[in-house]
Amino acid sequence: MTLALKDIDNIAHLARLQLGDAEKQEALNSITSILRMIDQMQALNTTGVEPLSHGFDAAQRLRDDVVTETDRRDTLLKLAPNAADGLFLVPKVLE
Amino acid sequence: MADMLQQGIAELAKSLARKDFSSAEVTRAYLDRIHAHNGDLNAYVTVTGDLALAQAQAADRARAAGTACTWAGIPFAHKDIFCTTGVRTACGSRMLDNFIAPYDATVVAKMNAAGMVMLGKTNMDEFAMGSSNETSWYGPVKNPWNRQLVPGGSSGGSAAAVAAHLCPAATATDTGGSIRQPASFCGLTGIKPTYGRVSRWGMIAFASSLDQAGVLTRSAEDAAILMQMMSGFDPKDSTSVDLPVPDYLASLEQPLKGLRIGLPKQHFAQGLNPQVEKLIRNALAEFEKLGATLKEVSLDNSHLSVSAYYVIAPAEASANLSRYDGVRYGYRCDKPADLEDLYKRSRAEGFGAEVKRRIMVGTYALSAGFYDAYYIKAQKIRRLIKDDFDRAFNDVDVIMGPTSPHTAFALGSKNKDQDPVAMYLEDIYTIAVNLAGLPGLSIPAGLVNGLPVGLQIVGRDWSEGQLLNIAHKFQQATDWHTRTPGVGPGVSGEK
Repeated sequence: MTLALKDIDNIAHLARLQLGDAEKQEALNSITSILRMIDQMQALNTTGVEPLSHGFDAAQRLRDDVVTETDRRDTLLKLAPNAADGLFLVPKVLE
Repeated sequence: MADMLQQGIAELAKSLARKDFSSAEVTRAYLDRIHAHNGDLNAYVTVTGDLALAQAQAADRARAAGTACTWAGIPFAHKDIFCTTGVRTACGSRMLDNFIAPYDATVVAKMNAAGMVMLGKTNMDEFAMGSSNETSWYGPVKNPWNRQLVPGGSSGGSAAAVAAHLCPAATATDTGGSIRQPASFCGLTGIKPTYGRVSRWGMIAFASSLDQAGVLTRSAEDAAILMQMMSGFDPKDSTSVDLPVPDYLASLEQPLKGLRIGLPKQHFAQGLNPQVEKLIRNALAEFEKLGATLKEVSLDNSHLSVSAYYVIAPAEASANLSRYDGVRYGYRCDKPADLEDLYKRSRAEGFGAEVKRRIMVGTYALSAGFYDAYYIKAQKIRRLIKDDFDRAFNDVDVIMGPTSPHTAFALGSKNKDQDPVAMYLEDIYTIAVNLAGLPGLSIPAGLVNGLPVGLQIVGRDWSEGQLLNIAHKFQQATDWHTRTPGVGPGVSGEK
């Protein structure tokens, strides 16, 4: 598969990354070379092989539906770049 | 006293118990040594001197009162990927340069409970993405054996710190080789346990189905002590496995007679440095002397392991790293125009080039239209790679080979933004082990032109005890693990 700069624009948008022109060109070059390596997979016929998402097929463990977290709101809000009145602040979303 | 800095974990425990010296004394000696040499090596990104001395004094008090655990007061370092309450946990990234962890990782809590003394946090590739420690926001780490060379990565800071005797041991993590390859390049023992053996809770995520914590030490015995401390079921990590942890120290002395060693023909093929191969063959001959037998095995799909990994790991990374949004913690850009600008610029400025590259590869592999061709295809190959190991383990007990095709390479020689594939191929012998979830270990097997070579040993699921036993018996028969680069006064080395 051949990538173009407009594909890089789309991927960067999906990944929420702001890239400059030089970075886009570099991303195009490096990702093209990575995909060339990855595409070696396509030569192998894997029809009928069950995908493996995890080193061993383990069932998801469930726990009791009870509250385990303590209230650490103030501690965690202190880590925020911008917070006030118990809320994370971001630029205005609604006009 | 003078040889405090030569002692490993096991010896330090004995010295502290005999009161040859106090924990505060050995801790101060390490802090002085870090002060003298870290500027040059860049192995630590944070040194927690006050905290270390407080922990050391608490251990000394407990020892005086007769309430100390066996390992209380022994200094060590944590890779800066483990959350440590009240201490910056930056994961090698500008994104988390201002992040003071509000809680302890389970691994950290377990080592605190044992009374261990944390000297500081070690440098690493950004979000553990790298094989040379050159992607760190805090700059590259130098290999103590030769400052022109990389220490390996991503746990390069931990490896350099242990090799240069800036700590007796350090924690590390391994997603595709990040413990074993630095162990090989720095002449250390490094173990990546079976996936699920050590809790990942509080360990900053890169690729969740591959990440596993382990240690870098100067002997298999020390690794056994620390693995005992770190391992075990944790309800807070849903992939942690609820199995009892065997007594790793108790099995260290098992004789190796009858051990069946498999040699994957793909790991002794073109691309392997002939001098490295010679040392690996010498090590295998040593195992034969100890009663083991050798047999060639085939990992038919191993040539596709790097390809499959560079779909799966970036895919998982792109999802894991979506949490860094400039809103709740971490880096935020200046004067965002709107919410989208806040996300995009915070992430663009907070992440380095390699992290952004992998996020984009993963985003692409998971995007509509490419999911089956890349992600599902890679997962199918992951199954075949695991099947290869299962088949091999029908005939042999463990698999051995080189950890890396060569010794440590020069700083700047492979860290190329335009073509990162050369760096990715560094992990050619280690990556399949993570895809299959198996335990793997690297031990020193000799020196080529004064640089360490690592022997990789891979076992069946949950065979950490056996791997440590095999490594320990080898280290009793040889002295490669005792070679050190001899950094500065106070610690004798090769030179």
